[in-house]
Amino acid sequence: MAILNEEQEMLRDMARDWATNESPVTAWRKVRTEKPAEGYSPDAWNTMAQMGWAGVVIPEEHGGSDFGWMSAGLVVEELGKTMTASPIVATTLAASAIVLGGSDEQKARWLPKLASGEVVGTLAFDEGAHHGGKTEASVSDGKLSGTKAFVHEAHGASLFVVSAADGLYLVEKGDGVTLSDRKLTDMRSHATITFDGAAADKLADGGDDLADKVLDRARILTAAEMLGMAQQVFDVTLDYLKQRVQFNQVLASFQALQHRMADLFGDLAMMRSAVEGGLEALDSGHGIPRAACVAKAEANRVLHTMSREGVQLHGGIGMTDEYDIGFYLKRARVLEASWGSTSYLRDRFASLAGY
Amino acid sequence: MATLAEPREANTDDAFREEVREFIAKNFPPELKGKGNALATVEGPAQEGPAEKAWREAMGAKGWGVPTWPKEYGGGGLDRKQARILQEEMARAGAWNPIGGMGVMMFGPTLLEFGSEEQKREHIPPIAKGEIRWCQGYSEPNAGSDLANLQTFAEDKGDHYLVNGQKTWTSGGQWADKCFAIVRTDKSDKHNGISFMLIDMDAPGVEVRPIQMISGMSPFCETFFTDVKVPKENLVGKEGQGWTIGKRLLQHERTNLSGGGSMARLMGSSLADAARKYAETGDDGQIADPVLRDRIADFEIRWQSFLLTAKRAVEESKAAGGVSEISSVLKKLGTKLGQERSELMIEIMGLQGLGWEGDGFEEAELAGVRAWLFGKATTIYGGSTEIQNNIIAKRVLGMLDHQ
Ligand SMILES: Cc1cc2nc3c(=O)[nH]c(=O)nc-3n(C[C@H](O)[C@H](O)[C@H](O)COP(=O)(O)OP(=O)(O)OC[C@H]3O[C@@H](n4cnc5c(N)ncnc54)[C@H](O)[C@@H]3O)c2cc1C
Repeated sequence: MAILNEEQEMLRDMARDWATNESPVTAWRKVRTEKPAEGYSPDAWNTMAQMGWAGVVIPEEHGGSDFGWMSAGLVVEELGKTMTASPIVATTLAASAIVLGGSDEQKARWLPKLASGEVVGTLAFDEGAHHGGKTEASVSDGKLSGTKAFVHEAHGASLFVVSAADGLYLVEKGDGVTLSDRKLTDMRSHATITFDGAAADKLADGGDDLADKVLDRARILTAAEMLGMAQQVFDVTLDYLKQRVQFNQVLASFQALQHRMADLFGDLAMMRSAVEGGLEALDSGHGIPRAACVAKAEANRVLHTMSREGVQLHGGIGMTDEYDIGFYLKRARVLEASWGSTSYLRDRFASLAGY
Repeated sequence: MATLAEPREANTDDAFREEVREFIAKNFPPELKGKGNALATVEGPAQEGPAEKAWREAMGAKGWGVPTWPKEYGGGGLDRKQARILQEEMARAGAWNPIGGMGVMMFGPTLLEFGSEEQKREHIPPIAKGEIRWCQGYSEPNAGSDLANLQTFAEDKGDHYLVNGQKTWTSGGQWADKCFAIVRTDKSDKHNGISFMLIDMDAPGVEVRPIQMISGMSPFCETFFTDVKVPKENLVGKEGQGWTIGKRLLQHERTNLSGGGSMARLMGSSLADAARKYAETGDDGQIADPVLRDRIADFEIRWQSFLLTAKRAVEESKAAGGVSEISSVLKKLGTKLGQERSELMIEIMGLQGLGWEGDGFEEAELAGVRAWLFGKATTIYGGSTEIQNNIIAKRVLGMLDHQ
């Protein structure tokens, strides 16, 4: 675990307490059953925003707390543990795009509202089922047209950061913006968005590689959510093996399972270091692109194995909807495919390293 | 018609092939081409239309749904070579076996080996005709991998047993007519106190409650027995012999679960075709991403090797007189490969391969996700992979238990 300062410890403990007590997996079950239009509980999101979690990477002069990425990662990790449905990752990423590339005016207009949770933002980048395909959306005369596939948290969002052929744009939900639901196995909010001459405001101050910078952040923060999920699957599985009796012994006493858990524990250690390494790179500003590949590729690999093993080691009960472990398996594959599959990230890593 | 008794001459096989062709041409409704056998699945009640019914009845009358079972109990009485010809000809015509399910896969062969003459005459023909659905009453809340720990108790009441207890994960329990169950008849002996008996699912005191799975389907149940009367003639084998019989049934289950059939059903279309559809191809039609191409080839090579292994093992163990411990090796390998394939498939399809419901997804895509999730059960049920490893180490390799 990274060495945390007092402020970060407080933030993490607060997030952990809230997630455990106010937003356990039963809260996600409720969202799944009640199907609020946003895809999450608006009350829960308001509470999260009031606790300042929406503004962790937003500068103080724009209403945020500017605690940095490690802090944002800590919160997201805790929320990942309990499968809390919220737009925190999406909104943080949209805000970071504005922090990195917005004009003073754009920052003043949007950041305070994003920090307070009043406006939910999200990224609308990919146009196909795989991350990293072509970008065909384009803007002429300030009007954006194109289709974005599988936009996370699209239902609650009123501000989209959209990639077009010549850079990133801000588009508000409204005229020329049409959503169609894409119901994925994780049951969270995803939609295809069609922009048809929607008013678009360019993020012109971020340089040519603004989209890449935002994507690095997306990879790392998503990896932080995946870390929380992997940690939880590990903990819950270990607990289960310590309780379940077969052959007059607790399963935890079987060497075959002990070695499996030891392997998973090692993997989890690697994943945690990779994710924290990514968050630290963002805070220090050094080596971000490569650290982002490492964080997300390790998160993909380890959560993939962990979610599979979690179900397997629970036996039949792991296959039931009544048990929580299946939620982690289903969300794992969606996050794994978002912002770069393992092979995509390996390829990018090799290119960045010049081979 | 060809039977086992006929001389083995080259042209007998040709004649048999001809007979099969004629039978298919006459009886297989063309509109069923390429469809699947709903009766062989446990996911839901069979949606049997008139065409399906006609086809099932034709095959049932011929005994070809269970081609190698003895004719006297409604089977086809074919030898293995003829059974293969039947399979080849059905594949060629896009026809499929309309008869299946647990009765065919595991209960039938076990009853043929251990049942009394009366039991075989009563129970095998309806299975061979696909008229009856069986479910498996093995697992209990505290008897999963440690199956012999089961506690459902059958008390001897003279001409019948009175059964009380709870089973769980009963696949298809809500649609089954009958249940083959292992129950305790003696509390003092863990293994020798188990008996194998047949229970009517509509007998008073049997109650099923479906359980929803992570794949969204609910094909399995909790089954409760409260003072259920089971006539003595429904005991298979001797009282206390249930563990031996029950384990033999598991070998049949494992052979069937690992084989091409059930995994192929979960698999859907070809990986290479999917890659050509969802990823880029070069001008030569090859999959453009060399890494993906390599991974698909790697998988397909291992899958071919597995199919060959399964074929060899089944032939060898049949030659040696039935199923064997090798079924554990097959189950372990086949289920793992099946899961790898599903994972690779959804990776190839990207987020398009993770749809749950609704617009924007093809039926095959949605089916693929559910199959991927359901497929996670294949390394758990029928004895988990860990349990197969234990069996292989102890019974095949002769390694010792460390306790
Ligand atoms: C979809 C589905 C359908 C099923 N259908 C039926 C059915 O129709 N009828 C029926 O009777 N049963 C059915 N089952 C039950 C199935 O056979 C059991 O789930 C299985 O035997 C595992 O038992 P368990 O779930 O209690 O897991 P447990 O025995 O609790 O095992 C949990 C984990 O520990 C591992 N483990 C256990 N013991 C050992 C050991 N000694 N060494 C190493 N690892 C070990 C297991 O491999 C597993 O990974 C079904 C199960 C599923 C998931």
